[in-house]
Amino acid sequence: MKFTGKAYKFGSNIDTDAIIPARYLTTFDPAELARHCMEDADPEFPFKVKPGDMIVADKNFGCGSSREHAPIAIKGAGIACVVADSFARIFYRNAINIGLPILESPQAAAAIQEGDQIEVDLESGQILNLRSGEVYQATPFPEFMQEIMARGGLINYVKETG
Amino acid sequence: MGMTISQKILAAHAGREHVEAGELLNCKVDVILGNDVTAPVAISEFARLGRERVFAADRVVLVPDHFTPNKDIKAAEQAKIMRDFAHQQGIHNYFEIGQMGIEHCLLPEQGLVGPGDLIIGADSHTCTYGALGAFATGVGSTDMAAAMATGEAWFKVPESIKFVYYGQPSRWVGGKDFILHAIGDIGVDGARYMSMEFTGEAIRTLSMDNRFSMANMAIEAGGKNGIIAADDITLAYIKDRFKRPYQIYQSDPDAAYARTIEYDVSQLEPVVAFPHLPENTRPVSQAGEVWLDQVVIGSCTNGRIEDLQAAAEILKGHKVYPGLRLIILPGTQAIYLDALRRGFIEIFIEAGAAVSTPTCGPCLGGHMGILAKGEKALATTNRNFVGRMGHPDSEVYLSNPAVAAASAIKGRITPPWEV
Ligand code: SF4
Repeated sequence: MKFTGKAYKFGSNIDTDAIIPARYLTTFDPAELARHCMEDADPEFPFKVKPGDMIVADKNFGCGSSREHAPIAIKGAGIACVVADSFARIFYRNAINIGLPILESPQAAAAIQEGDQIEVDLESGQILNLRSGEVYQATPFPEFMQEIMARGGLINYVKETG
Repeated sequence: MGMTISQKILAAHAGREHVEAGELLNCKVDVILGNDVTAPVAISEFARLGRERVFAADRVVLVPDHFTPNKDIKAAEQAKIMRDFAHQQGIHNYFEIGQMGIEHCLLPEQGLVGPGDLIIGADSHTCTYGALGAFATGVGSTDMAAAMATGEAWFKVPESIKFVYYGQPSRWVGGKDFILHAIGDIGVDGARYMSMEFTGEAIRTLSMDNRFSMANMAIEAGGKNGIIAADDITLAYIKDRFKRPYQIYQSDPDAAYARTIEYDVSQLEPVVAFPHLPENTRPVSQAGEVWLDQVVIGSCTNGRIEDLQAAAEILKGHKVYPGLRLIILPGTQAIYLDALRRGFIEIFIEAGAAVSTPTCGPCLGGHMGILAKGEKALATTNRNFVGRMGHPDSEVYLSNPAVAAASAIKGRITPPWEV
């Protein structure tokens, strides 16, 4: 699967409280959570983000709480993919489990600038920067995780594989 | 090649003799935990799976602690989803207001988790139970839903970092300082995907309450779990609480570690983490002049009886600084009652503190003590991210309970020996 979208850049250690503050956790409706996505990192973000856009961040994206509301808010906002230098463990797991595409690539995280148009190929893990023409290779997922993602998340995987 | 304690527990739950770091395993889990924020999502995912019943009603634990006593209508609706599910599934380990406590104080206290267990919880501080020699880790709601259906979860076998603490700590230094110091040293992603194994003579003499504080914050270094091998102190704690058979694991002498880090705790001072990351640590004597609007003593990190005792010893006969708000939250009803009987609650109220029923409340900026723009709080909690306790322009500092109590008296971050 290939997507093209505009990159929004974030720094290191973007925690789950920044992705979706706890004050909004009294619901798990994706549309409502999306209205506050990344609000404490960039208050304008929920207003300017468009479906198909991407988040590009430095290391340890999604650290902190186990709240699945964080990837749900990002997915709800229409973000096509999150590219980061590295992901915190529970966020990584949650993103795969709910079928939010993520890619780990230190090169891409370092080189991509705010506003760049980027093209992401999930199968090959290649990230193309349409501004600079550079291509970055993301770490491939283990086969087992690829299967979960191919089925759209863990629930479908468990349903289909017993 | 030998295995670490974490690898042994995962191997045992996957029905394997031997596992290597990096392998993906499907493991049977002993206990699955959810709270009023994460369980409603899991329950809705569980419904999508089309299963009638959870795999074992006695292995699922549900604790409404984040926004309870229900802070508003939406919170009440979420708590109700969980309560109804517990009734319908016959889950008796559902703890209603009046019996409940903060989940990570409650589960060990109620004897629901023990040595050698494999525990997953839809809450990142599930790693707390590693203090009992269990492998315990936080997962998301979808993992919780799948595990409730199948009794299993997938794991990548982690590498381990071994932390060796030696020496005799000074009077006001404890588990909270040991772990904050380590996080300050390795950083908030220093143990990403890894197991943090706490060993050494200073750990062997450490009380369970202090061990819980340490294992609790493994996630703040990015750790998958924090673990302390069970010993006589552990066994004394689980006696009369834990009813299932248990297994004590030790790391093999030839187990491989990604790193071994040693700390001499006799050199340690109480540690304060500055905004906005737990890794921004300083010894309390180098905190400078930080005036505070609020002090919070409680949470799954430091809401246990020894924490309240440390606060009571300092607050006794003193008054909270004029205009400062001191909020104290015992971790569970049993801790609350114990504190009451020992006279701590009286000391707190006479000092001018607000003492609350057990709840996560202000720890996650939920309710019961939210910060306004520009306000500063010192808390015995575990996270000081932007907006964690309220307004995005407020600040949270982290410390142990003795520093928090001393600071509440002086109005600014203060070492306990200055009171
Ligand atoms: S006390 Fe704070 S950190 Fe602990 S479970 Fe509650 S919200 Fe999470």
